[in-house]
Amino acid sequence: MSVVARFEVRYTQYLDERGRALGPLPEFARDPRALVPAYRAMVLMRALDAKAIALQRTGRMGTYASTLGKEAIDAGCGAVLEKDDVVLPSYRESGVLFLRGVAPHRVFLYWGGDERGNVFPESPRDFPFCVPIATQLAHAVGVAYAIRLRGERRAALAFAGDGATSKGDFHEALNAAGVWCLPLVVLVVNNQYAISMPRRRQTAAETLAQKAIAAGIACEQVDGNDAIAVRDVVGRALARARAGDGPTLVEALTYRLSDHTTADDASRYRSAEELAEAWKREPVARLRAWLAANGAWTKEDEVALERECAARAEAAAKAYLETPPPDPEQMFRHLYAQLPAAYRWQRAAACGEATEDACA
Amino acid sequence: MPALNLVEAVNRALARAMEDDPRVVVLGEDVGVNGGVFRATVGLLERFGPERVVDTPLSEALIAGMAIGMAAEGLRPVVEIQFAGFAYATLDQILNHAGRLRHRTQGRLSCPMVMRMPCGACIRAPEHHSESPEAIFAHVPGIRVVAPSSPARAYGLLLAAIADPDPVVFLEPARLYRLWREEVADDGAPLALDRAFVLREGSDLTLVSWGAMVYETLSAADALAREGVRAEVIDVATLKPLDEETILASVAKTGRCVVVTEAPRTCSFASEVAAVLAGRGLTSLLAPVERVTGWDTVTPLARLEARYMPDVPRILAAARRALAYR
Ligand SMILES: Cc1ncc(C[n+]2csc(CCOP(=O)(O)OP(=O)(O)O)c2C)c(N)n1
Repeated sequence: MSVVARFEVRYTQYLDERGRALGPLPEFARDPRALVPAYRAMVLMRALDAKAIALQRTGRMGTYASTLGKEAIDAGCGAVLEKDDVVLPSYRESGVLFLRGVAPHRVFLYWGGDERGNVFPESPRDFPFCVPIATQLAHAVGVAYAIRLRGERRAALAFAGDGATSKGDFHEALNAAGVWCLPLVVLVVNNQYAISMPRRRQTAAETLAQKAIAAGIACEQVDGNDAIAVRDVVGRALARARAGDGPTLVEALTYRLSDHTTADDASRYRSAEELAEAWKREPVARLRAWLAANGAWTKEDEVALERECAARAEAAAKAYLETPPPDPEQMFRHLYAQLPAAYRWQRAAACGEATEDACA
Repeated sequence: MPALNLVEAVNRALARAMEDDPRVVVLGEDVGVNGGVFRATVGLLERFGPERVVDTPLSEALIAGMAIGMAAEGLRPVVEIQFAGFAYATLDQILNHAGRLRHRTQGRLSCPMVMRMPCGACIRAPEHHSESPEAIFAHVPGIRVVAPSSPARAYGLLLAAIADPDPVVFLEPARLYRLWREEVADDGAPLALDRAFVLREGSDLTLVSWGAMVYETLSAADALAREGVRAEVIDVATLKPLDEETILASVAKTGRCVVVTEAPRTCSFASEVAAVLAGRGLTSLLAPVERVTGWDTVTPLARLEARYMPDVPRILAAARRALAYR
């Protein structure tokens, strides 16, 4: 008997739970002030998340999927994406979209039940929120294929949860990305739960990253609560992708500090102790501690930022709530490039401009 | 003008579209080196190269989904699904994404893709190779469903489908692929989508069909003509959106209608045609609308296919019932 292949999965973490550097930091973090924008974005994400939940709790928004706990992933990715890259989010990547320039009130509009929330004039090639789990990964393969076909120096960055890695779509996408050596990074947000299903019952695999090994593509794990590590790992993966060096699967380890959505009650399936433990590793306090310890952040900075974020969340809520409801015509507008003649009477009926029987 | 069979006409249309528009890419299982299992893509790899004629892994959901990504990124993907029976794995992508992307983003992204597939029975193929899923696709908002029934219409409709700014499911009648040749001008001219074709005019009875069954329907019309019955024959061609006006105008003239499909009866597209006539054509109707369909069974294997498929005698029997009704 002989060994025909050996594989390993690397794990990257730079800051410990209390924000102390575990060793030498990557080049971009030599000046701690370079991480201040990421920190500010993370605090804003939290403020917007809290505002969305408050709107839902007061009956002014539909079911909402919280981003609490994954701020370092979104901020780390946002920092290394280039304008011409394409983001393919799941439903939990509001934070990334904010960093793409998408106005927060649009995200509120989407969760408030209005398609206009997916109009991102600020990053027009990015994909909309995607609810059917893992299906966006196939789209990412197509986007990356188009990029490669035209010989462009761009990359696609697609997001999926730990639950998504059990779906065929996930494996089909990784496999194809490997076959064509596509400029694609798939980031698995391993937040330990798919609604009530804990990570250890989702798969017997030791890591989710290793699922890429079967597809013949690069993979690694990163501490998803460490903004420096995420930025480092995803930045390198995207750079490889743009350079034509192929796809990467990144598994970012984090913890969903919220319920699955506002329609969920996580206390039904996980303990308060477990949640309290997870809070000790949360990303925002960790980065703040590091910035403060390195002289890049003060108490006064924090007070000012909190005030600023509260104001921005308030403004986003206002812009959302003041957006007039869509007219019924919106159901038909953009259904096709041009509504086929056969359906025009339905549009008229839906808009109250004709009765159904007169048209039928 | 070349005389082409239906699969050659598909091939010419693909080549023409790729020639005229560098954004057009063809992808699917065995479409490159092998030229497709029915040879619909033969020669394309040599002319347009492996970047644009893409042999994919065996991954239907991925193929459909990646076409959506390609389309959103500005390409014009034309997918081949090897057989309609394997298209069910693409439904998630077609239903949840292809038909919704434009609307979901309120026009920001769009999905100009075509998904071609051979369908229908009577090619003595193994299990799952004889399906007629048109009604399943026709139920999906935001897409078009097209089913050509002759070489010339396959050519023109496929060009129209590729040029269309929205997703099109293109159902090719496998049984007709090589059944006959006809002159097809390879002129790049698309046919109109959303339009039914009146293949034969008549005033006594309207026969409505699409895809492969148009062939039997025309034979039935021939048999009726020998008896002095003038049947109008309509090839629906684009099932979604349905050209109701052409069918209604015909039935206004004839008062009697037989709809023919080889798909199982319940919720078949024939039921939709019948519902349109019941809703909008009731005052024209002189007889109940007859549906000649496959049975509500699984499509049987080859030895029973002939007992499953609507055939000329069954169409004639339905026509006579409709004609006799007073
Ligand atoms: C295909 C599909 N099946 C089921 C659902 C219902 N659902 C919504 S979220 C979810 C769990 C997803 O878990 P994971 O992929 O880990 O992502 P997370 O929500 O934790 O970010 C399920 C089952 C869905 N949206 N799509």
